[in-house]
Parts: sequence; C-alpha cells; structure tokens
Amino acid sequence: MAAVNEPLAAVSRDMRRPWWQAVMGNPVVRQVLRAFVTIVFVATCSFWLVHLMPGSPVEVYVNTQVRAGVPAEQARAQASALFSVNLNAPLWDQYLEYMRNLAHGDLGTSIVRQDTHVSDIILEFLPWTLFSVGLGLAISFSAGVLLGIYAAYKRETWIDHLLTTFLAALQAVPNYIIAILVLVYLGIRWQVIDIGAIRGTLSPGVHAGFSWHFLQDALYHATLPVLVYVITSIGGWMLAMRASTESTMNEDFVTAGLARGLRPARVAIGYVGRNAILPLFSQLMIAVGFAVGGSLIIEQIFTYQGIGLALAQSINQRDYPVIQGILLVITVSVVLVNLVADLLYVRLDPRLRGR
Amino acid sequence: MAAIVEGNTRGNPVSVVLRRAGERVAGLGRWLGGTLRIMSRNKVGFIGFLIVVAMTVIAYLGPVFWPFDPKADPTMIYKTPSAAHWLGTDSQGRDVLRQILNGGASLLSVGYLAAAITTVIGVAIGALAAYLGGTVDAVLSWLSDVFLTIPQFALLAVLAGIVHLNGTWPVALLIGAFGWPVLMRSIRAQVLSLREREYVEAARMLDMPTRYIVFHEIAPGMAGFIATSFVLNVTAAMYASVGLIFLGIVPIAGVNWGVMLNLAWAQGAIFFHDSIWYILSPMIAIVLFQLALLSMSRAVSEVFDPRLRE
Repeated sequence: MAAVNEPLAAVSRDMRRPWWQAVMGNPVVRQVLRAFVTIVFVATCSFWLVHLMPGSPVEVYVNTQVRAGVPAEQARAQASALFSVNLNAPLWDQYLEYMRNLAHGDLGTSIVRQDTHVSDIILEFLPWTLFSVGLGLAISFSAGVLLGIYAAYKRETWIDHLLTTFLAALQAVPNYIIAILVLVYLGIRWQVIDIGAIRGTLSPGVHAGFSWHFLQDALYHATLPVLVYVITSIGGWMLAMRASTESTMNEDFVTAGLARGLRPARVAIGYVGRNAILPLFSQLMIAVGFAVGGSLIIEQIFTYQGIGLALAQSINQRDYPVIQGILLVITVSVVLVNLVADLLYVRLDPRLRGR
Repeated sequence: MAAIVEGNTRGNPVSVVLRRAGERVAGLGRWLGGTLRIMSRNKVGFIGFLIVVAMTVIAYLGPVFWPFDPKADPTMIYKTPSAAHWLGTDSQGRDVLRQILNGGASLLSVGYLAAAITTVIGVAIGALAAYLGGTVDAVLSWLSDVFLTIPQFALLAVLAGIVHLNGTWPVALLIGAFGWPVLMRSIRAQVLSLREREYVEAARMLDMPTRYIVFHEIAPGMAGFIATSFVLNVTAAMYASVGLIFLGIVPIAGVNWGVMLNLAWAQGAIFFHDSIWYILSPMIAIVLFQLALLSMSRAVSEVFDPRLRE
C-alpha cells in the first residue's frame, strides 16, 4: 500500500517545495552546476597563482624586459598584451577582465611563439591527447571490467591468482618506466616497430579529415601511448571490478535469476556485471586525471604532439600564458569527462533518478 | 630477592625513572616482536617489508661505505658488467652500481617525507570534516573533489616550474601538499561510520572525555588504514618525484635514480647496445622498491586489524 502511494506523496512533496529546491533537487542540474563552479574556481586559482605569488611570472617578465633595456611603461604594456590583462588597473578589475576574456575563449598570447594565441596552441595539441587517452582508457576499462568479472567467477583458482598478482604488480610500475621499456625493447632492441616512422601524431603529408587513411594513420601513431595507458590502468579496473563483482554475486536477485533458469553467462553479464560496474564510475575521474597527468611524460618519451608535451615544453620555456591556459583547459576537460560519467551514472542507476 | 631490589629502589627517583624507561623499552621490544611475528605470517607482505627495510638501510648507508666518484673516465664509456663494474658504466665511464647505492637516499627521503605530510593533512582534514559536519564538511569535501579533478602530476609540474625548488624538503612539501584528497575522503567516511559504532557510543555514554574516545576508541580502528595509505603514498610520492626529475623540471643535482634515468634519456643511452644495464639499473631499483612497498602495505593492514589475519 505504502509503495503504491509513494509517487503521489512525492508529487505533493514537490508541490510544497519552492521551485529552486525542486531545481536543485534534480541530479542533472546539480552536477552541471558543480562542474561549472569547479571550473570557475580553478580559473580563479590559476589567475591568482600567476599574479599574486612572490616573483610572479608577470613580475618576472616585466623585470626581465626592463633589465634588457625596454622602458618600464612599454614592458608593462607588453606584459598586459601577453597575459591578456591590464596591469595598470586594480587587481580586482584585472581578475574580472581575465574572467571575461576566458568566457570569450581568449587565453592570452604565447611569450615564446610570437603572435600565437594560447587558444590556437591548445586547439592544435589537445585533440591528440583526448584521442589517445580516451582510446586507452576505453580499451583498458572494457578489458579490465571483463577480466574482473572473469577473475571473480574463477576466484581462488590459479588463473585468478595469476591475473590478480600480475596486474597488481603491474600497477606498481610507474608509467614512464613502462614507456621507456616499450621504446627500448619493441623499438630499438627487437625492432618490432619503426620508432622513426611512428613518432609524432600523423605521418608527413597526411591531413586531418574524414578519411579512412587519416584514421588509420592517427591510430598507428597513437599505438604506443595508447598501449602504455592501457597497461598502466587495466590493473586498477580489473581489481576494482573483481572486488565489486564478488560482493554483487551473493545478492538475492542473482540467486533469483539463476533459480528462474536463466543462463549463467547472462546472469553474469546482465545481472551481476551491470550492477557491479556502477562503483567503478566514481574512479573514472581519478583515472582520467592520472592518465592526463602522465601524458606529460609519456608524450615526451614517444614524441607524441599532445597537450602533455606542449605543457612540459612550455614549463621548460617558462611560457606562462601557455602554462596557465593548458592547465586550465586540461582541468576543464577532466571536469567535463567527469560530468558525462556522472550523468551516465544517473542514467545507469535508476535508484538515483528523481532523488 | 625481588622484594629487596624493589625496597632498595623505591626511594631512589633516578632508579625509578630508569626502571620505568626499561619497562618502556621492554614493552616496545615485545610490541615490535609481536608485530614482526604477525607480519611474517603474510609471506609476500613480509618479503616486501624486508626489501623495504633493506633498501632503506642501503640507501642511507650506501654513501658512507661506498662513496660515489663523480670523475669521468672517457676510456670506460658504456661498459657491460664486469668484475670491476658489476653493473657496467654510464655515458661518462662512471660505475653504475655506485650510483645505484648512492642514488636512493634523496628519493626515499622525498617519498617518506611527502607521504608523512600527505597523511597528516589527509587525516586532519578528513577527521575535521566528519567531526564538524555541516557547512565545513560540505566545503572541505567539495575542495577535495576540486583537487581530485585537477590532473595532479600536471599541477605539480606547473607549480615546480613556477616556484624554483631546490632540495629534498621543498619537493617533498610540494608533493605532499597535494596528495591528501583521496585519503581525506576515506578518513571522513571511516570516522563517520566508526563514531556510530556501539563501542564508541558506549564510551560516550560512560562519559569518557573526547580525547579518550578519539585516541582509544576511534583511532585504533583507523590505524591500519592510515598505515596502509602511508605506505601507498610513499609509492605515489616516489612516482611523482622521479617523474618531475625525468622531465627536468626539478633541478638536477647530485646522484639519484631519477637523475640517472633523466641522463640516460637525455644522452640517448637507449640507442646504444651496451648501455642496457645503465638504463635498466635505476628502473629496476625504482620498480623493486615500489613493488616491495605495495606488498608490504597488505601485511601492514593485518598488523592493525586482527580480523584480516587467518
């Protein structure tokens, strides 16, 4: 009886609530708002980081220019243009201006690469990292989940011990060491791959476009970074899925499914797997962040022109507007990926809808 | 006899202090012995523990017994292992084994220090959030979410690039200061669940002081978790510091495994056939230490949680 009345009660509760509570109660709205606030917060931090710290990049830039013989006024004007701020205005106005420019997609101009907008640099490098990291995580997630279910069903057998031990040990190996080993053995010692040809993101003469040839070439060049992302993250997914599956296997609905005569494979995938996969979504953010952070070194090792390589380079060249812009953009990408995962999670778990 | 000894010492404050100290040491010894016995039951974990102890001892004593001679010897470049050079030589003809023996201390210091900093911050903020609840909890949890979103290694690289870091402490401080969000979340969850347990409620009903409840009722329940996460944080900190050194963002000074890796890379040692021991040695040292820590972390949780022992 209570169960039948529940929707009605929910409706009347909704009627009594003020509209903003109803809006905020919506998980989708809440997630989007959270993502937005996070982005604004990170942008704010990156502004104060670059402008307020003792020996801040702006100050350093102005000082170097002055020491090089440029009049102070002119140096400040140059700095204003580069960092897309007006240095003569009060800090608070600078901050508002910076945020306004951000909203228009203006991230300033590179110091090292003259007359190049930071946004152009990002557009040039970011897609490759999103592509390789995304592909790597997609492969390792799917494979890890399947292996996790398999290991849970074969638990305490030799194959489970082998998988668990091997993948847990693999997790202890830093990703750059795996990358170097891949390069040294596959590329140089055994000559399995031609490291001269596989460098970069595309072969010379191939241009981005909707063609089979382009896709093939892009995949070929991404092979090594993707391989490393898969090797370093598959263990985490597998172990998490194994634990999650093990705790789901004993649920009543699984017994009920088997009792009704459903095929065990169907119960394993459709009943156990679908429920066991849910907790893994909360780890996606950490995995994406880790892979993107790791791309700084991985892309360096494979000379893959992604955003990680661009960031590492700009740090070494002290190109502050670019550093600031890239850090902001990769954070925003992680936030957006996480937002999609959260929304997907709400879709996948009906219990969360309407709460 | 015992009575006479006691009678003699009772009035003498110095010997009372000494006896108490002796009891303390004996108690510590018993605790240590018991701990080692528990750890030795988990074979893999105990081996990991032994490797960690051995590598730590060697790393800190290495520079004393086997000092490194930084003088270059152009006739000995990239030699394969021999009786004189067990692990061969590097691009400047210097002994690789000596570099391995001398190159652990600074990395290990960064790892241990950063993990300690992370643990203190994580436990403090997590406990604070769970204990105070309300707005403080909401803000701190949200902040941990935000820090989790920023790709950590990228943030570390940027900060290390802007602030010029030199030495063990600044690097450890930087790495330690950003590792707390994961730990904070779990500590918060643990405190929230532990403080609702019956035995904690019983202590509260008995009107035990908060200090007693925190340190005698709640903390022992989390000690295993905190110790485990400390060990895992050492691996994370080593990962980050070697990565920063490899990228050349942290200034390269002295000898350590990360610097060896960086130099091997920067000087193109990977393309030489005979240099494989030079490249592999620091990698093996790093991976061995990481693996040992990982397996040790399992035995550590068993020491604190009797339910995990078989």
